[in-house]
Amino acid sequence: MTELEVKNLYKIFGSNPNEARKLAEEGVPKDKILKETGNTIGVNNVSFKVEKGETFVVMGLSGSGKSTLIRCLNRLQDPTFGEVHVNGRNIVTLNKQELRDLRRTKMSMVFQNFGLFPHRSVRRNVDYGLEIQGIGMEERKKRAYEALKLVGLEGYEEMKTTELSGGMQQRVGLARALVLDPDILLMDEAFSALDPLIKRNMQDELLELQEKVKKTIVFITHDLDEALKLGDRIAVMYEGSVVQIGTPEEILTEPANDYVRDFVENVDRTKVLTAESIMKKPLAVVDSREGPKAAIRRMEKEEISSIYVVDKSRILQGVVDIEDAKRLADKGVKSLKSILKSDYDTTALDTRIIDLLPLASRTNYPIAVIDDKQRLMGVIVRVSVISGISREGVDNDA
Amino acid sequence: MMLNIITIPQLPIGDYFENFIRFLQRHFDFFFEGVNVVIRMAVHNIDRLLMLLPGLIVILIFALLAWWASSKWLGLFTFIGLLVVYSMGFWSSAVSTLSLVLVSSIIALLIGIPLGILAAKSDRIGSVIRPLLDFMQTMPAFVYLIPAIILFERGAVAGTIATVIFAMPPVVRLTNLGIRQVPTDVIEAAKSLGSTGKQLLLKVQLPISLPTIFAGINQTIMLSLSMVVIASMIGAGGLGQDVRSALSRVDIGFGFEAGLAVVILAMIIDRITQSFGEKAEN
Repeated sequence: MTELEVKNLYKIFGSNPNEARKLAEEGVPKDKILKETGNTIGVNNVSFKVEKGETFVVMGLSGSGKSTLIRCLNRLQDPTFGEVHVNGRNIVTLNKQELRDLRRTKMSMVFQNFGLFPHRSVRRNVDYGLEIQGIGMEERKKRAYEALKLVGLEGYEEMKTTELSGGMQQRVGLARALVLDPDILLMDEAFSALDPLIKRNMQDELLELQEKVKKTIVFITHDLDEALKLGDRIAVMYEGSVVQIGTPEEILTEPANDYVRDFVENVDRTKVLTAESIMKKPLAVVDSREGPKAAIRRMEKEEISSIYVVDKSRILQGVVDIEDAKRLADKGVKSLKSILKSDYDTTALDTRIIDLLPLASRTNYPIAVIDDKQRLMGVIVRVSVISGISREGVDNDA
Repeated sequence: MMLNIITIPQLPIGDYFENFIRFLQRHFDFFFEGVNVVIRMAVHNIDRLLMLLPGLIVILIFALLAWWASSKWLGLFTFIGLLVVYSMGFWSSAVSTLSLVLVSSIIALLIGIPLGILAAKSDRIGSVIRPLLDFMQTMPAFVYLIPAIILFERGAVAGTIATVIFAMPPVVRLTNLGIRQVPTDVIEAAKSLGSTGKQLLLKVQLPISLPTIFAGINQTIMLSLSMVVIASMIGAGGLGQDVRSALSRVDIGFGFEAGLAVVILAMIIDRITQSFGEKAEN
């Protein structure tokens, strides 16, 4: 289900947006439009849909319009043209009261520099959104404590926010947004002001939290690693326009243009690419109903020394060596059952390459990639783990 | 010689202003009369109330106030300082000055703080108010006294009005500054949670800018004190009158004593209001 939809959104700063929009539609670059019309294109004809429960990352360098874009979603800035639909309702036309109701119940925001209220305690920061709705003291306190527990700030409720570290302050910011139980969470460079280590922790915890709360998240960042880690899908922005929308793997393996290619070039691919993207289709398998002769024939054809055995619904049964199979064939045994070995390694489709490295270095057989029903989906030989790390290898396999 | 041919016409700005004041005097007499009554009552009643009690009791009350607001050291300083003022024989003058400062400060704050809020909320209002504040602050203080005695009652009332005009700018400026200094992301956070304009102002902007606003309040009160002394020129009474009479008699000792009393009063008021500001910060 689509929770949030942006249609042909423009944000143009200046007195003559119509003309600027016309030029932008003709493909005139941003700085030329500024020179000619005095208008700055903040967001240039952006459209996308975000599904319920999805984490949608908008990535771009500073000045690419991503912060302006997210502010158009809850109308901290009003779009110049275009529509923003939340659950099918266009929120661009809402009046002040309707907009306040939307912000109080539907979407909350987390800010880069936290935006905490320095004059209020941790708890009173979190319960602010409830207080302004006229909710009573007791319930406010209860819900604030719950939200703080959710972000791991139990015991810090009555402290001053200034006594907390950056990471903890942002947890307060997160709790303040979550306490309203919104459907949509807008996170504007939420972890960018944090130390690298803290940042990674917060990312992990956000992923964990997201498992529990299942919000629809729009996450803004300039950090590609962060985008690849958090995003179900990523929109790459450049000069106000979205140049590509895709899953992390699509962005990495099929960059839409040179800009995206440059951007993704220096990424640590082992942390992003998964087993699925480097595995080979398991062409060489034997059905468990087949005998040793069939197995030998296939191994000789593929020039391999072992082969995986699956049953009729492709569920992995084991692996056989060519020597064992030959011995069995000499004896005239028809079933492979007696020589099936189980000392191979398996991995899931979404395992990251970096986590495959230890497996790849110890295993005697290619790593078996299985889905959640134990079906064999592919195999990974040691060399493709190595080549998966370097970009060329991936391109060859793809 | 050529220069004489080009004659620049003289602008009778002074005449215009005088006409304007006369116009106000003629047509808004009822308003000024009302202001006269209210201010006169306020100043005299505060004065009377403070003089009703024995001096020592009032001094003790102020010392306790200073202690409560700040520290026992300020309490002690207040006690000794006011005792010195008393023993020099300036108690009733000091009380008059204090009531003038109190009334004019309160009026200046009642007008100044909302004006500062308006200036912070709207760039247009801000840009109108700014030159007005420059005017109020840099126009020589004595100049206010002239229209003040025409429009208002000579003495305490005219003195109070002149003081209000002179002392108001700092609190307007600093209220404006304080609110504008609240970080953008804090404002955005409050808005993104669904605050109304009023909730944003009362629950976020004002509390956060309170320390800065208090600095403005402190400045306004200090300026009130210095202007109240000048206002003795038009018979506003108080310590200023003592300073003036010392000046006219070239009485060095009396002049120093009266001046010292002003300084003591100023220090006490300054420290007490400052510590309110520090309290606001915490």
